[in-house]
Amino acid sequence: MADVSIRQARKSYGSTKVLHGVDVSIGDGEFVVLVGPSGCGKSTLLRMIAGLENITEGEIAIGGKVVNTVPPKDRDIAMVFQNYALYPHMTVRENMAFSMMLAKAPADVIEAEVQRAAKILGLDVLLDRYPRQLSGGQRQRVAMGRAIVRDPQVFLFDEPLSNLDAKLRVQMRSEIKELHQRLKVTTVYVTHDQIEAMTMADQIVVMNGGRIEQSGAPLDLYDTPANLFVAGFIGSPAMNLLSGRVRDGAFHADGGAVMPLPPGAPPTATTYGIRPEHLRLDDAGIAASIIVVEPTGSETQVSLNIGETHLLGAFRERVMGRHGDTLMISPDLDLVHLFGPDGRRL
Amino acid sequence: MTEAATKANGSSPPPETMAWDSRSRRVVMVYVPLACFVLILLFPFYWMTITAFKPNAELYDYKRYNPFWIGSPTLDHLYMLLFETAYPRWLWTTMLVAVCATVLSLVSSTLAAYAIQRLRFRGSGYVGLAIYLAYLVPPSILFIPLATMVFQLGLFDTPFALILTYPTFLIPFCTWLLIGYFKSIPYELEECALMDGATRLQILRRITLPLAVPGLISAGIFSFTLSWNEFIYALAFIQSSENKTVPVAILTELVTGDVYQWGALMAGSLLGSLPVALFYSFFVDYYVSSLTGAVKE
Repeated sequence: MADVSIRQARKSYGSTKVLHGVDVSIGDGEFVVLVGPSGCGKSTLLRMIAGLENITEGEIAIGGKVVNTVPPKDRDIAMVFQNYALYPHMTVRENMAFSMMLAKAPADVIEAEVQRAAKILGLDVLLDRYPRQLSGGQRQRVAMGRAIVRDPQVFLFDEPLSNLDAKLRVQMRSEIKELHQRLKVTTVYVTHDQIEAMTMADQIVVMNGGRIEQSGAPLDLYDTPANLFVAGFIGSPAMNLLSGRVRDGAFHADGGAVMPLPPGAPPTATTYGIRPEHLRLDDAGIAASIIVVEPTGSETQVSLNIGETHLLGAFRERVMGRHGDTLMISPDLDLVHLFGPDGRRL
Repeated sequence: MTEAATKANGSSPPPETMAWDSRSRRVVMVYVPLACFVLILLFPFYWMTITAFKPNAELYDYKRYNPFWIGSPTLDHLYMLLFETAYPRWLWTTMLVAVCATVLSLVSSTLAAYAIQRLRFRGSGYVGLAIYLAYLVPPSILFIPLATMVFQLGLFDTPFALILTYPTFLIPFCTWLLIGYFKSIPYELEECALMDGATRLQILRRITLPLAVPGLISAGIFSFTLSWNEFIYALAFIQSSENKTVPVAILTELVTGDVYQWGALMAGSLLGSLPVALFYSFFVDYYVSSLTGAVKE
């Protein structure tokens, strides 16, 4: 186990800059998720930690030792790839033993380590099968087993669940988290799925366009997003972000909605953010016209229009209504987010 | 829902195309064209085989004997070929040249293809292109400068003249075939092996090559066949009868003046075709899979 520290890491491919000076500090045994849309540089950063990409500028240290020029095999890290990268011509046992065989470990030690990892992941009965004979979830487990066998200082995961179906993804999500709690190995996990990030991470690093937008504990990011990007990215369904301006003690959205403001709200706010789940049904609230009602069972999501302003609401109550009906709503004023013209939180 | 859908399907009349999509359709669309194809392709082999076993009397008199059948088969031509000419020696030389040229070409092309496809050094694309361009120079032009080199190296009239010149057309071909095959092997497997602690050579030996076996076999078959059948270089660089390869020898040694010894010629061709046919039949599965699919995880 080791801490990982990334200091002013930059990456360019020719004249194309992919990372613009990234700083991340990952504590010993911490589970950090790098999250962001496609092309934000999160996978590149992970591959730089792994040693599969050169570092153009800055430095990366693992366990206090700068590894910029250290080849991947000497970094004592293990990586689980997006499509698992299992060697198709080797059995599960050979896949898991490969790194130790290269390190010329004694056969009995290799077998013991493979058995230990297989037991942790429930792969005991699959050891003599080939990857093509396994299901998606089993392959995923073998890929993790291969990482566990090496007993590395750091685990790296590159979107490991993106090839699985929704149900299996949820199951593997909790398995990975449980595994981390059991092994307590420092883990860096890349995903574009913010639900994965929220449910698994000790620390989330939200990236966009090669920069870090915000990093912190999942609920801190949810409760106090630092800027519009994080506000829109974290949380599902996404936060309602209304542009407009403050006038006469209320927020006048461009579409015509007039939203109440919390006391002491800064007059310079140009974006009003309210999460769908923070809208309440309130007879004394604002009249909104229903567009679509989507009951999910545990809650009801309702698309609404206030004038020309579009909003999404998520209510614990079962809302019965049809297109064109009126619904009275009000925002929870303690949970309103206001952003200035530069997109930063006020 | 599913039940209802099944019922609805069951009660509806079968689509009209079903009638056409029957045995008669298969016969017209598949078996008849296939039969024509097989007939045209196999007829020369049939002709070669029956000629090899026909006595001379039947060979030269189509009025009294059916040209498509053998009245009284004979082994005279085979006997003459094997015991009255240097045919076994020709066969051995051809085999030696084909195997050595194939091995040499495969080793060189594997390293070249891996370097071009995976190491991605500066200018690797141009190197690939240059190798391809070399393939475009026809042997009928290339044999003139090659002849000078063969003479100067003192290799004229030795099997080495062929073993070293055949790779000039085999290596470009195999390199391009293997570049395509290596491309189909996920790069992540190599990155994973790199993290597992493997060196480049270990990756090539333990990951890439085992996965590229169908591609290697395919390249091997092509090389072997091209070497086995090669004519121009073998004609130009070999003079003595005992060092000749089968394709050149049967034409230069079994045609005396304007007399074609058809029976011996065909027996020679038949025997000469057998090793290649055997080679193909052993590896046909790999060969097909290398042409039709990539590495499946």
